[in-house]
Amino acid sequence: MDWTRILTLVVAEFFAPTTAAYALAAIGLNIHFGLTGLLNMGQAGFMLLGAYGFAISTIAGWPLWAAVLVAIAAATVFALILGIPTLKLRGDYLAIVTIAAAEIVRLVGRSTTFTDLTGASSGLRGNQYKGSFQDASPFPDGTWALGPFEYAVNASNSWWVRLVGWAVVALACLLVWLLIRSPWGRVLKGIREDEDAVRSLGKNVYSYKMQSLVLGGAIGAVAGILYVLPRAVQPDSMGRSMTFFVWTILLLGGAATVFGPVLGSIIFWAVLALVKLTMRETIPTTVLRSEQIEQFGWIIVGVALMLLIIFRPQGILGDKKELAIHAH
Amino acid sequence: MRPVAADPLAGSPPRAARPLTLLLLVAAFLTWSVLGLATAPSARAATQACVADAATGCINGTIRTSAGAPAAGTTLTVDGPGGESTATTDAEGRWSVAVTEAGEYEVTLDTATLPAGETLRLPDQNPRVVQVNLGSSSVALFPLGAPVEAPAGGDDGSTDEPSAAPAPGSGTGQAATAASSGSGITAARVAQLTVNGLVFGTLLALASVGLSLIYGTTGLSNFAHGEQVSLGGILAYVGTQLVGLPLVPSAIIAVAIGAATGWLQDTFLWRPLRRRGVGMIQQMIVTIGLSMAISYVFQFFFGAGPLRIVTDTPQSVMIGPVRLTVTTLISMGVAAVALGGVAYFLLGTRAGRATRAVADNPALSAASGISVNRMIRLVWVLGAGLAALGGVLVGLYFGATSWYSGGALLLLMFAAVTLGGLGAAFGALAGSIVIGLVVELSSLWIPIDMRYASALVILILVLLVRPQGILGRATRVG
Amino acid sequence: MPTEPTSATVDHRAAVEAALRDVEHVPGAAKPDPILVADDVRRHFGGVNAVDVDHLEVQRGAITALIGPNGAGKTTLFNLLTGFDKPSSGRWTFEGRTLGGVPAARVARAGMVRTFQLTKALNRMTVIENMRLGAVSQPGENLLTALVPPLWRRREEEITAQAEELLARFKLDTKRDDFAGSLSGGQRKLLEMARALMATPTMIMLDEPMAGVNPALTQSLLGHIQALRDDGTTVLFVEHDMHMVRHISDWVVVMTEGRIVAEGPPESVMGNPAVIDAYLGAHHDTDLGDDALLDEAALEDVAPDQDAAGRPGTEEGTR
Repeated sequence: MDWTRILTLVVAEFFAPTTAAYALAAIGLNIHFGLTGLLNMGQAGFMLLGAYGFAISTIAGWPLWAAVLVAIAAATVFALILGIPTLKLRGDYLAIVTIAAAEIVRLVGRSTTFTDLTGASSGLRGNQYKGSFQDASPFPDGTWALGPFEYAVNASNSWWVRLVGWAVVALACLLVWLLIRSPWGRVLKGIREDEDAVRSLGKNVYSYKMQSLVLGGAIGAVAGILYVLPRAVQPDSMGRSMTFFVWTILLLGGAATVFGPVLGSIIFWAVLALVKLTMRETIPTTVLRSEQIEQFGWIIVGVALMLLIIFRPQGILGDKKELAIHAH
Repeated sequence: MRPVAADPLAGSPPRAARPLTLLLLVAAFLTWSVLGLATAPSARAATQACVADAATGCINGTIRTSAGAPAAGTTLTVDGPGGESTATTDAEGRWSVAVTEAGEYEVTLDTATLPAGETLRLPDQNPRVVQVNLGSSSVALFPLGAPVEAPAGGDDGSTDEPSAAPAPGSGTGQAATAASSGSGITAARVAQLTVNGLVFGTLLALASVGLSLIYGTTGLSNFAHGEQVSLGGILAYVGTQLVGLPLVPSAIIAVAIGAATGWLQDTFLWRPLRRRGVGMIQQMIVTIGLSMAISYVFQFFFGAGPLRIVTDTPQSVMIGPVRLTVTTLISMGVAAVALGGVAYFLLGTRAGRATRAVADNPALSAASGISVNRMIRLVWVLGAGLAALGGVLVGLYFGATSWYSGGALLLLMFAAVTLGGLGAAFGALAGSIVIGLVVELSSLWIPIDMRYASALVILILVLLVRPQGILGRATRVG
Repeated sequence: MPTEPTSATVDHRAAVEAALRDVEHVPGAAKPDPILVADDVRRHFGGVNAVDVDHLEVQRGAITALIGPNGAGKTTLFNLLTGFDKPSSGRWTFEGRTLGGVPAARVARAGMVRTFQLTKALNRMTVIENMRLGAVSQPGENLLTALVPPLWRRREEEITAQAEELLARFKLDTKRDDFAGSLSGGQRKLLEMARALMATPTMIMLDEPMAGVNPALTQSLLGHIQALRDDGTTVLFVEHDMHMVRHISDWVVVMTEGRIVAEGPPESVMGNPAVIDAYLGAHHDTDLGDDALLDEAALEDVAPDQDAAGRPGTEEGTR
């Protein structure tokens, strides 16, 4: 068995664009859930909208910055539409409405009615919308190797995507770090604990929840762009499971922490790669087909999510002492 | 009233006891997985399988005829950054191509090489484009059958959602929706769609009543309830196709095992969690993990394709302008009896009244001598059994079941339960019928592949106007 | 905070007593200087009239107690007045401003701050963070300003100083950095009251401030409430403990079955036959100050039990 190769591939997951995209999506969800206690079960919907917004406006010939703004605007409108009916209701209504709304986005996106715009279920090919992003790179084309890691500099699954992706993740972490320590973050935490108490102190709870939903959703939309830059926009690969992975990542790293989502994403993808690669190396294909190894990986994710929330709900970085207190 | 605070971090620190039970469960599951490997029909090796590694990515798929038999000898061409190559399906209908460069590949199926009489169900998806990454496998599926306007399968990459739900008529030989594929609003079409909606709503009700009862008594939004439905369908498939039993005994066994899983779940998972004082939101996330794990276990053993419970073409009858299959008629009878039984249980029996009392006020019920835990267990058994029955009947109605047939219905169930007023069993029934009708009748105006979206839009609109649901009532506060 | 000049030497209780001397002892009596005036406030739940108040005035600067058996509608009235529940009909003004239909947060900002029967300490925030949350005019509570600490740091220091002063007054300063959830029930009540004071309200509404507080803390709580009046804050509170009511309140309003059945100074109300009827039914011969008996009476009267249900009203459509 070639352990060096396996380890190289596992380490490559540490800084892969997908890892960055999921980390960013989890940072957005952290603002919803970790800070405000909002049960957003449709983060993939925000991501898919961001991806569509970016790809479709780029294909229509809009410049890079405008396409990114379109993605953020789409997520903002989506958050407002979801928030207006549900933020005044009990928490689990938001969960049901967000998961339903994300599904609506996916169903409309894959519908043949809008094939010209969305490419229906086969989606939009990366080459149609990657151009403006790759042209923005200041580096010369070609490939570049850092030790055993060799990728194209600009094209597709590139160093450029990695650089931009992780820079955005770092910025988002800084944003959360600032907010979590600010009076604004304090109001959100208060709402998480007991919104009636915060209301009795004269804060407009509804407005704060809406700000949280919009901000986290917009971050989700940018994560969606990052996710599709090295691949294609495929509505069916951005469905309910994607939301659940983001949740697993957030709870793994630790909700309400600054770096939890990043750590969670790195561990999630690296461990998954390690398990799958090891199984591929050790189990002959006569016993397990490669799809089954994939599926086994997801089974592990499901079981891990259950065990995590039962035995270590604070995640890796969460504060044990904070958790020791029964809320309500 | 059941307060469910948004409560991300609530929970008690793990106390000593309970963990063992859970670990045992996981161990049992893993053992089962490993033992299953030798026997699972889908685990046999492909003859020319591509193995993904650092330098190789795979594109593969399985092609089956509309009757579900492997389509051998079909040729496909793969073109992309790594060059062009061709593949031919083996005796089991499988094909695979190895590529050495990541990127987007266009897969074209040569329709001339299909078995005689077979056509692509989604002709507009040939060729289709798949994204290939080195070190992993991508799937490109070409479903065969009568061509339909709606695409029915998303199948690129491992994390994909399948189509929203199997559309009646997109399966094989399902005649029930023959009239619905026409266009224009005619009286006959409206009648057909209305009946379809009632049928679909009734089947949905079997699943949602259990979801609603569980929510009502425990406050848990069970995201794994869809998998209970899939379980019913898959067990019936195992009974009829793998064991070779007739349909009726298979269905009965499926429902019995389904109900038993409800008992097992409550005994080994939910009751220990309640006892540990694990918060409602946390329990909900546990159901999400459970849903993921179970659905991929199904996929692991039975593959991602449709599983036909009954392979012969169903007979259909005309009732006025409405065409229904005999199976559907019988299914409706069974569903009506089951739902009637639940209604009698809730209204007419002591245990049923106790269940409703628990849903109303657990603390008061416990104080008045009702064993709350026994009632909750009963509700789990009942809910899981009904879901399994729903799974069998849905599988028959749509012509096939699959690992995802329940998962696809989950949101519609939630919509039904929410419409009816969270936790109100009869509300869930009414909500299901409404959802069934909305789903079917909306295809009069909007494209058929968006009809599930229409039901979800209705859900959001109803919440806007009447948050307590159709039958729920606003309670006093303070 | 004070609406009139205060001095430690003035006997506030005597002053308030003097002001209320000429007020009639009847339900809905007019007060010389009302801060809160409510008219025709009704709230139906199904067929039940939980609150049915024709007229109510609350005297500025006084401690007014709202008493009544369980299910009398006291908490519901609180919820309505503070915007946590919507009335079926009715109107009321606070300091001359109409507040009917105004959301809870704006009611609080208008100067009418409440506490809850079931304490709502924000358990997984520290005591000092709880206190800071109660403050007003913190620019850093705006999303954009929050990103630039220099814009709000100064105000934060003022707030912290104010919070520490209050904590010292309520003897919670040693708990400053503990999680609120680790405090005892009584300490949480104190914290909730102190937090409400961060906004320097003109009127504070306390829903059963003594419930669940251990006797050792009772005396200091009473002291704090009286000190509030001495600072010029109007206090309206719901309470079951008759000793406390008699001890500190200037005026008592009695509710049963949603209606106000009696009003007056504590001594006069306690002897009112209508009140004794409402509380005790036939047990006329008993002293109302007898707590043990009162608890028993309260227990007998469980349905309809909306006060015990305890959750403050929100506009949520709970089932």
